[in-house]
Formats: sequence, C-alpha cells, structure tokens
Amino acid sequence: MTRKKRRLWVLLLCALGLGSATALTLTAFQDNLVFFRSPSDIARDAPKPDRAFRLGGLVEGGSVTRETAPDGRPEARFRVTDGASTIPVTYGGVLPDLFREGQGVVTLGRLGPDGVFRASEVLARHDETYMPPEVADALKRSGHWNPNQGAAPPAASWNTLEPAPARPRSGS
Amino acid sequence: METAETPRGASPPPVMGVSPLHAVGAGLLPRGGALHRFANPGRFLRLSGRVQPWLIGAALLTLGIGLPWGLFFSPPDYQQGETVRIMYVHVPMAWLAMGGYTGLAATAILSLVWRHPLADLAARELSPVGAAATALCLATGSLWGKPMWGTWWVWDARLTSVLVLFFLWLGHAALVRAFDDAERGARMGAILALIGAVNVPIVKFSVDWWNTLHQPASVTRLDAPGLHVDILYPLLVCALGFTLAFMALVLARTRAAVMERRIRALQMAAARRAEMPAQGREAELA
Repeated sequence: MTRKKRRLWVLLLCALGLGSATALTLTAFQDNLVFFRSPSDIARDAPKPDRAFRLGGLVEGGSVTRETAPDGRPEARFRVTDGASTIPVTYGGVLPDLFREGQGVVTLGRLGPDGVFRASEVLARHDETYMPPEVADALKRSGHWNPNQGAAPPAASWNTLEPAPARPRSGS
Repeated sequence: METAETPRGASPPPVMGVSPLHAVGAGLLPRGGALHRFANPGRFLRLSGRVQPWLIGAALLTLGIGLPWGLFFSPPDYQQGETVRIMYVHVPMAWLAMGGYTGLAATAILSLVWRHPLADLAARELSPVGAAATALCLATGSLWGKPMWGTWWVWDARLTSVLVLFFLWLGHAALVRAFDDAERGARMGAILALIGAVNVPIVKFSVDWWNTLHQPASVTRLDAPGLHVDILYPLLVCALGFTLAFMALVLARTRAAVMERRIRALQMAAARRAEMPAQGREAELA
C-alpha cells in the first residue's frame, strides 16, 4: 500500500513539475505562437519594414475592389479590420472560395512605407458557424444578419430555426 | 478484427498458473481489490467476450444511421456547400485522437502506480488505433482546408499541436514494441504517454489561447453550439458511432493480445514438458 502511495505521489509531483514547465514555456513564447497579428497589434507596435508577417481580421464591408494590374494579373484591394483599426491590403492572385466581405482572412505579406499591406498569400478563415443555406437566407431576409458586416448573431437565436420549406435542398 | 472473434464455446482453458500476465506484475499484485478484479485475464476474456458483440452491434448500428444521415441527408452549409460533410468524419476523429490519448494516459497511471498488467496490454493495443484516428483527422482536415482556407496546411498552434499528438501516438506504438523485455517497454511507453498528456489540453485550448487559422470550437461552446441542429445532430450520432467503433477495435485487439500471450505460454509450457518431463509436471501443478 505504501509503495503504491509513494508511486502515486511521485507521479503527481512529476505531473505538477511538467505541467508548470510547459505552462511557463508557453507563456514565454506567447508572441511566437500567434498565427497572425491584428490591425490593432500593428497600430500599437508596427513591425520593421520589409519584415514579412501575417495580418488577420475581417474584410471590411464595401472595401473590396477587383482590378486588373498593368501586367494583366488580377489585383484585389480591400481593407482588413478588427473593429478598432483598419489596414488597406493589395493582393495579386487567386482569392480562396470563402473570401468575401465580412469574412475572416489571414494574409501573409509586408507592410509598405505608405501603410499599405502587400500580401503574397490570402487565406480565408472559417468561423464556428454552420447552418443550412435556408436558415442563412431566412436570417438575412428578416434583417437579423448582414453577412457583409461580420459574424452571425448568437447561435441560440437560430440553431433550432426551422428552415422555410420553399426552396428545395440542393444536396445530392 | 476477425482475429478476436473466437466462438463463445472456445473459452480459455483453465491454466491460470502459466499465464505470463501474472508473471508480469508478479510480486506487486495484491490479491483482490476492485482494480485487480479485472487484472485476471480469464475474467477479462469472459467479461469482454460478453460485451464485445453488443459493442460491435451498437457501433455498426449508430454508424449505419449517422454516416448516411451526415453524408447524404443533412443540409449543405450556407458557406461551405457540400464540403461541410468532411466534418462528419473529421470532428469525431479529432475527438477520438484527444479522448483516446486521455485514455492512454489513464492506462499509464494504472500501469505505473498499480502495476496493472492488463493496462499495459490495453495501452499497447490502443496506440495504433489512436494513431490511425489522428492520421484520419489530419488527412480530412487537410482535404477540407484546401478548398475552404486555400491551403492544405499551415503551422498554426492547432494544426501543429495535432501533428505533435500524431507523433506521440506513433512514438508510443513504436516504443512499447522496441524492447525485448515487454515489461520494460510497457514502463517506457507509460512514461511517454504521461509526458505526452501535456499536449492534450494544448490541442484543445490552442484555438482559445492563441489566434489560429483553425476556427474555435463549435459544439462545446459556453453559450450555444454554433451549428444548426440539422448539422449538429448527425455530427453527434457520427461521433458516438465512431467512438463505439474505436472502443470495439481496441477491445478486440486487447482480447487478441491476451489470447496470444496465453497461447505462447501454453506452447512454452508444452515445450518445457517435452524437454524435461519432471519439471513440466511441476509447472503444471504450480
């Protein structure tokens, strides 16, 4: 009995030590573990010019313009916002399917001296909302949610909503 | 796992004395006690043999409902379209990868503190199944990430910590098999499993502690699940089905391992008997 107890205590002590060591390490590397920085982070503490970093936030509603650059490549301009700060972004390349106004994005690139972020990669971020198209349509029709303005309303207000049977399901 | 599907009639022969499972924990095994009631391999085989058909049946039934429901009859997502169906495999596999590893850590405590011999066998048989679940989680996630995010892989905190979890599973599976002395391998595996358990909360909370490309949890949120019930219910049924299937697989593997050891012990006893008849009879009587 005492041997078992001793082994249990040794194990608990080891777990405590390992747990605190991990917690301290993770706290120390906090800044390096973030995948992207928000416009507010950049406004507070701008990274050195020519240093590549990831900028993340929502695509501001009404800010997207798609043009063709002089060399014939598509070029998109939009603004990334986190509510408090906003940074204009240009990107020459193919945007992911989920990209739209109000959507979360993570862009990799460099901040120019003119304050414009030149992205070499744009990834769409998916939020934790999953709903059938009928429900999304119903929410939009009723004026509860404008997807261009950002995330869906609190889930409790729609996650048991009965979708209107008007539209046939497009699943196959 | 057909290997473990022995007919009910072929119950283990009553030669408890030669079972190496008793030898593994020899000396430290107290008689009796709730934990050790199941350390008896004969009792384990009997009990698990009774549970197993029900477990397999329940798993097949639940998956038979959940998978068609999720893959064919549930609605598409307003944003992801049909791609959302990958989730019905991805999310259960992710839960199993983490839940299974928590189970592995539990067997490690049982093994290190109570020297529970069946815990060692269960851990040995659990890790390949856990590794497979984690691999499926990573593969399906990657398949989803390309059309949705625009990339197969990024090194954000969630994806990286799940990759580490995959390597921990593989490492455990390899480590426990790397020693000639099975008991030593089990001890090393248990220590690795406990150290690796630190990673489980990191996987779970990575999306809350740091910003990641991976979205935060939808089902286990504090307010309400961020999934519409038409998507949530098939997901929960699939998760239950995959969990039952996972348990059935691990149970079948553990039963097979116990029987394998018993066969080896019987063969060795028979060989000893053939070589030295006098001693063999002694071993049988012991």
